[in-house]
Amino acid sequence: MDNEESKRLLELLTARRADLLAQWEETVGASLRGRVSTAELGRELGELYDAVVDAVSKGGLAGRGEHFAVVRSLLVELSRTRARQGFTPTETAVSIFALKEVLEPLLAGSVEDARAYLQFARLLDDLGLFTVEEYARTREEIISAQSQQLLELSTPVVKLWDGVVGVPLVGTLDSARTQVVMEKLLQALVDSNSAHAIIDITGVPAVDTQVAQHLLKTVVAARMMGAECTISGIRPQIAQTIVALGIEFGDIPTKATLADALRHALMEIDKAAAARPAGLL
Amino acid sequence: MKEYPADEASREEVEIRSSGDVVKARQAVRVLAQQAGLSLVNQTKLVTAASELGRNTLIYGGGGTARAVIVRDVARVGVWVSFSDTGPGIPDIEQALTDGWTSGSGMGLGLSGARRLVDEFELDSAPGAGTTVTVLKWAR
Amino acid sequence: MSDRVPVLKIGDILLVSIQVDLEDQMVLDLQDDLSQQIVATGARGVVIDISALEIVDSFVGRMLATTAAISRVLGAETVVVGMRPAVAMTLVELGLSLGGVRTALNLELGLGYLRRAQDTPPARR
Repeated sequence: MDNEESKRLLELLTARRADLLAQWEETVGASLRGRVSTAELGRELGELYDAVVDAVSKGGLAGRGEHFAVVRSLLVELSRTRARQGFTPTETAVSIFALKEVLEPLLAGSVEDARAYLQFARLLDDLGLFTVEEYARTREEIISAQSQQLLELSTPVVKLWDGVVGVPLVGTLDSARTQVVMEKLLQALVDSNSAHAIIDITGVPAVDTQVAQHLLKTVVAARMMGAECTISGIRPQIAQTIVALGIEFGDIPTKATLADALRHALMEIDKAAAARPAGLL
Repeated sequence: MKEYPADEASREEVEIRSSGDVVKARQAVRVLAQQAGLSLVNQTKLVTAASELGRNTLIYGGGGTARAVIVRDVARVGVWVSFSDTGPGIPDIEQALTDGWTSGSGMGLGLSGARRLVDEFELDSAPGAGTTVTVLKWAR
Repeated sequence: MSDRVPVLKIGDILLVSIQVDLEDQMVLDLQDDLSQQIVATGARGVVIDISALEIVDSFVGRMLATTAAISRVLGAETVVVGMRPAVAMTLVELGLSLGGVRTALNLELGLGYLRRAQDTPPARR
């Protein structure tokens, strides 16, 4: 790192802080078209400007070094806010790149100036890329949180009767979803004190070996806890696929419709109630 | 198994000399699993796997060491657990990982079952050179 | 090491409520205690409450299956009650089926089942 160059830059950045900052704000503000308030933008960029100056004065222009920790944490915050507010990656990175534009006319005078500018530009490129990375990371987090929410929304466990809970499955079943279904269904058995569960697959377009395997596991787990699990809503073509694929449904009780399954469960409850003696012990 | 950056502050080590130590080891694993934010089911799966492997270390390896640490990948957190002993080792690894196969009096579900309960599994063993089993479970 | 799981007698039913993280030796002791108590008390039913157990591994699973088989030989029916959902899902993944072990969601349903089973001749599974 050439000290001479970072010194020149520092002098310039410190001496003309107010002026440069105002220009930077203006450029960024124009690209964001007023979707961030001027006050907030001023605060963000002001903090960032000071942090960059501070970092360069401490350890030169290497953007991934230790001394840039404060700058990076400010950039993380900035990228996250922008990603949440629905800005594009370009609009986010422009906040950094705009500083180059501001500095360019000031540093085109001499060869030394140009060299200093190039080095600083390289630093800003690096920081700009960093914001894009952070932006992408935040978006990924948002997406995975949303798909988790969707997963939970799409599998409601409903109480059908005293002692009977049911889960109507709609859409394609994969392992992640089946895991959620299993957990919710088994927990519902405990919470509602139900010894019968019905999984209705009327809305499931296809049953392959893997899906069958998942359903089987749910039924076995329910049985281990002392509950009986019936699968209903097996459409004719699915029944054909099951047989054609040679999938063993074993001794899992299956019913054609949810009504049949409910009737079956109620009959079982009746049988148990009839045999129940007056006292507990 | 791929190496992931470990959260050194979370590192736990338990000497396994008795069945009480196996309990200690799985309790340590549970604490880490909770810290790493594993779902209840995944916590239960990992702790159960640790229990199986810890018992193997004690019974077949004649005791050893359990190590556990929280690890991080790009966008996920997990718990890494290893059990190592200096016992007789496993002559036929392929066979040892088969359901129902047992050299002792167990049900033969220890190794093969533990493997199904975790996301990553590695068995390192040779006759006379001891055995190390490493497992990893991600939070999601 | 001397910790033992208490076996309680209520009428002709033995109740075991496991409240601690089990060491292997405690599991074996419990199996012994139970078979002796069944004979000593002439119990007709055994309820093992595992609702406090955070994990059931193959060792404990095997104990449950063995205990159920032993008590059946001794003329008592065993019901395991209160298995947590996470434990059930783990056992399925582990490959343990607990075949032959009666289960019920909770203590009340378990006792109800035993009462019914005593009214009718026991069905062999």
